[in-house]
Amino acid sequence: MKAQSIARRIAAVGLAFAAVGAAAACSASSSSKNGDTGTGSTTGSSSGSTGSSTTAAAGGGGTFTIWDPYPQFDGSSAWSQLLTKCGTDAGVTVKRTGFDTTDLTTKTLLAAQQGNPPDVLIVDNPVVSTLADAGVLTDTGTTKLDTSAVSPNLLAAGQLGGKTYGVPIGANTLALYYNKAVLSAAGVDISTVKDWPSLTAALEKVKAAGKKGITFSAIGTEEGSFQFLPWFWGSGANLKQLDSAQGVAAVTLWTDWLKKGYAPNSVINNTQTTSWQEFATGQYAFAENGTWQLANAKKAGFDYGIIPIPAVAGGTAAAPTGGEFVTIPVQDKTDRYATSQKLVACLTSSDNALATDTTLSYVAATKAVQDKQLAANPDLKPWIDAVAAAKGRTSDDLGTKYPKISQPLWTAVQTALSGSASPQSALKTAQGAAAAAIK
Amino acid sequence: MNPTTQARARTALFARPVRGARGAADTAPRRAPAHRPGARANWAGWAFLAPVTIYLVAFYAYPMYRNVELSLRHYTVRSFVHGGAPFTGLDNYRKVLDDPAFGPALTHTLVFTGVSLLCQFWIGMGLAVFFTRNFRLSATLRALFLVPWLLPLIVSASTWSWMLNSDSGIVNHVLHGLGIAPVDWLTSPTWALASVTIANIWIGIPFNLVMLHSGMQAIPSDIYEAAELDGATAWQRFWKVTFPLLRPVAAITLLLGLVYTLKVFDIIWIMTKGGPAGASATFATWSYQLGFGNLLPEFGPGAAVGNLLVVMALAFGLIYVRVQRKQREAL
Repeated sequence: MKAQSIARRIAAVGLAFAAVGAAAACSASSSSKNGDTGTGSTTGSSSGSTGSSTTAAAGGGGTFTIWDPYPQFDGSSAWSQLLTKCGTDAGVTVKRTGFDTTDLTTKTLLAAQQGNPPDVLIVDNPVVSTLADAGVLTDTGTTKLDTSAVSPNLLAAGQLGGKTYGVPIGANTLALYYNKAVLSAAGVDISTVKDWPSLTAALEKVKAAGKKGITFSAIGTEEGSFQFLPWFWGSGANLKQLDSAQGVAAVTLWTDWLKKGYAPNSVINNTQTTSWQEFATGQYAFAENGTWQLANAKKAGFDYGIIPIPAVAGGTAAAPTGGEFVTIPVQDKTDRYATSQKLVACLTSSDNALATDTTLSYVAATKAVQDKQLAANPDLKPWIDAVAAAKGRTSDDLGTKYPKISQPLWTAVQTALSGSASPQSALKTAQGAAAAAIK
Repeated sequence: MNPTTQARARTALFARPVRGARGAADTAPRRAPAHRPGARANWAGWAFLAPVTIYLVAFYAYPMYRNVELSLRHYTVRSFVHGGAPFTGLDNYRKVLDDPAFGPALTHTLVFTGVSLLCQFWIGMGLAVFFTRNFRLSATLRALFLVPWLLPLIVSASTWSWMLNSDSGIVNHVLHGLGIAPVDWLTSPTWALASVTIANIWIGIPFNLVMLHSGMQAIPSDIYEAAELDGATAWQRFWKVTFPLLRPVAAITLLLGLVYTLKVFDIIWIMTKGGPAGASATFATWSYQLGFGNLLPEFGPGAAVGNLLVVMALAFGLIYVRVQRKQREAL
């Protein structure tokens, strides 16, 4: 009985190993095949750059796939129709899929691994350098995309090692929304809010008047870093040295607001959406939020205004740029680039960009289109100024190092805000972690 | 994402591979002698075996193998796409073990799992005993207790996170009414883990209630009658009759609960994202954070943490099998 059961078990284990072994064999062959196509496509793309213009005709006809992070737009939306129209102009059928923005990076990496990436990919700007580093994206030199009209500070987010990997479709950034009724009840004149001390003084008055001061998002994800960066950069700090005196001052500013009750404790767990919901209650004087909330602000039912986020000693702090880049992923068939290039050029052309940026509630990436936007809607002025002052998270040639710095940074902000450590020691730990990660 | 289907799927998965593997082992040696008279029976055997084998290989063995492989190589996004990631042995595991987040994550995983299991089990047991008495509306009430199980996790977790909000949550509102100072449930390092544990207990009670209740139904009522005739009190009836006879059901309930709790991810991720600053991070959320929660995915360390979780679940599974065998031998 016992012996039999042992024999049985050995047989079972043997079967399991055989199964695993077979799977291993399969995958080994498939992964080496992937490697082949990978190298094949990279060499193909460099040699194909000369051939692409001549084979443009070969790209005519057929179906071109476009992936974007705008699942909110269905087939009948203006965005979707624009894609179809651009496809028709280029003589091809466009097949569009909208993904949730957080899914898009993984989906793209997997598709690239399987040798099946989309022809045109619209992707969040801090991801561009990661995908470029992974060899998933073509640079604009290869595909002959024209980026000359794009504001350099916006284009910087898509540049790595001297090459540009896409065209921004538009940009958004952060600024301070304020509630006019709350401020006037507290006796605050918004024109006096010019730097950190005057902002803190305004918050103090608001609190004394029985209202709530400011809300933002300090959640433990990229969103938290995105919201903290204007204060971090506004203090004069640099992402390469997190624990500088300026960096400590920025974290201390937020920590003090929480301690004094100028900002609610819930900011530690707030996303930008929940933070906006707090502001929409009408109880808050200020909210740090983005361009994309403009439509909601109009629905909020109270009078609001917008000021750029102030730097420590006055002036506008650089806020991080948000918004997507239109990119062309690396293909095995390099003759497809010519048509993809036409599609991208169509999407980012002045008229189309104006329509798209209006639908997305973005600021355009080129000066010419920005002027048109301003003419149509003078309220956009503070946003256009904020975008002009904005800075890409991956610029300063940080590229793929940025994510490794961002995570320790948001952790430090959370540590300090939740009171587990002082701003000084939280940032010191963060700097240690970041330095070890980018080594 | 529904806890019901998850738990059901888990029951099914748990039962099937074990039986499947054993069945396979059973047929193989026994059919072997029959091989000489006619090979046809053997082919039929393999044909019957093929679907389950293909299923197991495609959906268990291969993903598992890939996860182990991911954890043993140094993957960057480039090598993930183009292949050629160098083999680095146990480097990823060393990196994970040396990470300052490792100790807290391990403690949180153990505390979260232990406290959740213990509370779920005993509250579920209490309710199961309560519902064995058939009173009016007991069926309705029991059905109501299943609600947490039927709700999609995203709904229950979001609701909890609303209720526990520091400033506008109803829990702090009630505490305020009682004259108790508000608690920063989700945003203070001392309370975040407790908050997600409480939510998880609430979600896990129905599963324990259903399992234990059905186990109690299977206990013959004449044993209770005999005990009663011998003058056993209600307390004694529970400890001397119900509890010992319920042991096999209780063991599988705890084991399933353990596997289910070890890998709880959604509730924590939705409520706190493992924060503030990792104060409620468990292995499950940490693994996700490494693999997907960052702009730059770290596949290797993420897979390593995932594998540690699998090993933990496996260890407890083996303990269960061992205990079960001992019980059977004792009978």
